[in-house]
Amino acid sequence: MEKLTDNYNTSVFFDELINSSGQAHPPAKELLDYLNGLPSEELEKRRITAEATVQEMGISFTVYTEEGNIDRAWPFDIVPRTIAAKDWEVTAQGLKQRLTALNRFIDDLYHDQNCIKDGIIPEHIIKDSKNFRPECVGVSPKYGVWAHICGTDLVRDEHGDFYVLEDNLRVPSGVSYMLENRAITKRVLPELFENDEILPVGAYTSNLFDTLAALSPRDIERPEIVVMTPGIYNSAYFEHAFLAQKMGTELVEGSDMFVDEDDCVYMKTIYGPERVDVIYRRIDDLFLDPEAFDPDSVLGVAGLMRAWKAGNVALANAPGAGVADDKVVYAYVPELIRYYLDEEPILKNVKTYLCDNAEEREYVLAHLDELVVKPANESGGYGMLVGPHSTKKEQQKFAELIKNNPRNYIAQPTLKLSTAPTLIGKGSLEPRHLDLRPFILQSKDTYVTTGGLTRVAMKKGSLVVNSSQGGGSKDTWIVDTKGA
Amino acid sequence: MLSRVAERLYWSARYLERVENTARLVSVYDDLLFDLPHNVVEISWYNLIEINSGIEAFNNRYKVQDERNVVKFLLSDDDNPSSLLNSIKLVRENIRTTRDVLPNEMWELINELDLFAKQNIKQGINRSARHAYLNTIIESCQKIIGLLAATMDRDAGWQFLILGRYLERADMNTRILDAAASLMMQSQQEQDLELGQVVWSKVLKSQSAYLSFRRTMRSSIRGAKAVTFLLNDKYFPRSQHYCLEQIKVAAAELPRSGIVIMSADRLLKETRSVEHSSDLNHEFSDYLNDIQLSIITLHQQITENWFNFQKGEAA
Repeated sequence: MEKLTDNYNTSVFFDELINSSGQAHPPAKELLDYLNGLPSEELEKRRITAEATVQEMGISFTVYTEEGNIDRAWPFDIVPRTIAAKDWEVTAQGLKQRLTALNRFIDDLYHDQNCIKDGIIPEHIIKDSKNFRPECVGVSPKYGVWAHICGTDLVRDEHGDFYVLEDNLRVPSGVSYMLENRAITKRVLPELFENDEILPVGAYTSNLFDTLAALSPRDIERPEIVVMTPGIYNSAYFEHAFLAQKMGTELVEGSDMFVDEDDCVYMKTIYGPERVDVIYRRIDDLFLDPEAFDPDSVLGVAGLMRAWKAGNVALANAPGAGVADDKVVYAYVPELIRYYLDEEPILKNVKTYLCDNAEEREYVLAHLDELVVKPANESGGYGMLVGPHSTKKEQQKFAELIKNNPRNYIAQPTLKLSTAPTLIGKGSLEPRHLDLRPFILQSKDTYVTTGGLTRVAMKKGSLVVNSSQGGGSKDTWIVDTKGA
Repeated sequence: MLSRVAERLYWSARYLERVENTARLVSVYDDLLFDLPHNVVEISWYNLIEINSGIEAFNNRYKVQDERNVVKFLLSDDDNPSSLLNSIKLVRENIRTTRDVLPNEMWELINELDLFAKQNIKQGINRSARHAYLNTIIESCQKIIGLLAATMDRDAGWQFLILGRYLERADMNTRILDAAASLMMQSQQEQDLELGQVVWSKVLKSQSAYLSFRRTMRSSIRGAKAVTFLLNDKYFPRSQHYCLEQIKVAAAELPRSGIVIMSADRLLKETRSVEHSSDLNHEFSDYLNDIQLSIITLHQQITENWFNFQKGEAA
């Protein structure tokens, strides 16, 4: 009988499950043996089960269209992506190291700015950053930590080495889908969980709770922790409700809270005002407080910044933390790790050309057809130029953009992103490109998710993994092969 | 519990009750038509618009006050904020943002009801399949109430569902009585006896009160007795008395409930018994109208007390 993986061609890319001679990597061996043993009708059945499970569990995300907002079912591929536990341990260490340095950096920026005085990073890069908040200067959040929840995007190159693509320090989303992907896979491929080799992911919500509870300004047994959402029309509302429910905390909107004359935050309950200690806010800095930022914001709470600065409420992430996820700052992270921690970076950065630097700008302008050009402060894959897939006209447009505002652009070589077998059509596996977003938590302690959210570009050859642009996702297995 | 969440729960229960009552109301008129003695009275569907305070909205939309327009207005019209479909939509919207305090299955059941009601609305409007359609709606509502009764914590959230349900039910109770009484007033004296039998037994049936009435009152069906039962019976769960008692009990579990309990108490004391069918006159109609106004006041007190948050109020 022909096996499912027989015609699978990994090409020039690193494949997460299958090596270049067609053999399974050790952590994927059991999985592929199992899938190869399934008749193709059975595989199709499992795929249908997965689809039905997504519907039943009501796992959705919101897409904005001209006709209004649509709740779409979460796109899910049933073939998990596997990573060896020993590889993951190193990566997790690297992520902890990175976030620790980033938090030291943010804290330094809002205090003495030693990194500028010592010539590690040029002053104008910070001064011109859209995400530097002068309102935050001099504030000292607990533990010196500003970014409590970080989603870092990792990719693997053709050799299987992990690279950091970007750090998301503002309001990273996706963790609920990581947890739901596991719940779906347990229903779809239950047999594979019988041995204990697949490490569980479920600790995240209790780790998140502990991380937030440790931030409470009041030393009380049950601090009041809330998840703050912009509301039902936000694309991540599902996740906000999910996390609030799993942590057993209130899901609040801005209008549910107010800041009183004592500069404390209260939520409006049927019993009267109840003091709020920690706000896990899922809205952007500029909407947080109409008094301090956008006066037209109806999503925020007037006086929230005042309460935060007075130390009467903790905000996670702290306002101003986004200064460190600027793509220009990204280029300096390895240096920042050496500077603050006196350690060598464990995780690699992708080679980055700063258009701000005359020499590097010249190189970028001469190689626009090879490079990926990104604006410094966009997310979601918007406003980019992918050189090898671009027209001359697009390249000219970007050349102009770069010359007009060099500080706002960086460029990177086009990466040969890794692939993993993905079910395409009926019973056929094809390689598709993917990335990985682990989540790192930091306050009193630091936690890293076991794996993370794997996003996969469902279109052949595509590198775009965003779910708003046709990307899908997979369960991520960290497999303990017991030294094998 | 957040005031916003409490308010949405309260309204979801009110709208769910409204869905069921609208279905019951249309159903009883529908049924009445089959059993009315011929040429006895010109039954007016338009009564249903009058008792639901929908006169202005209806007349803006329709010129002809016939059965089809009335039923369309009550069941499906976008212009009628209390139409069956709009009420279901509002239950769903309120549930959508309070799912975290309700049983998981609640969301699925309300989606089912919403889909059924929309997809089969033509059956509700055309008379031939109307009964089955309305029956399914009523059953779906009861399924949801059953789910809540069997799985929900008796916490503050539960009390707000009870408040919403019984306030809406008490209000509808007066409107149904008003509808029947005004129908009787329109008829000729000599038709009263025959007509009264039909009308009041339908009213009791619409409230699932027929058997309970028989067991409790042990009498033939007369206007005065039926009205007394529906207003004053202590044990029947759709009587005015029972609804007000439930509001009192639920409010007592909530903070700062004094004023709400007082209002419910006053209403309870004012609840009447009726001696003779001839007492079901214009004065009685005014009395029902006064109850409706008191219920609106009670609703405002609930809103102010728990939903419209007072900043200075002590916890």
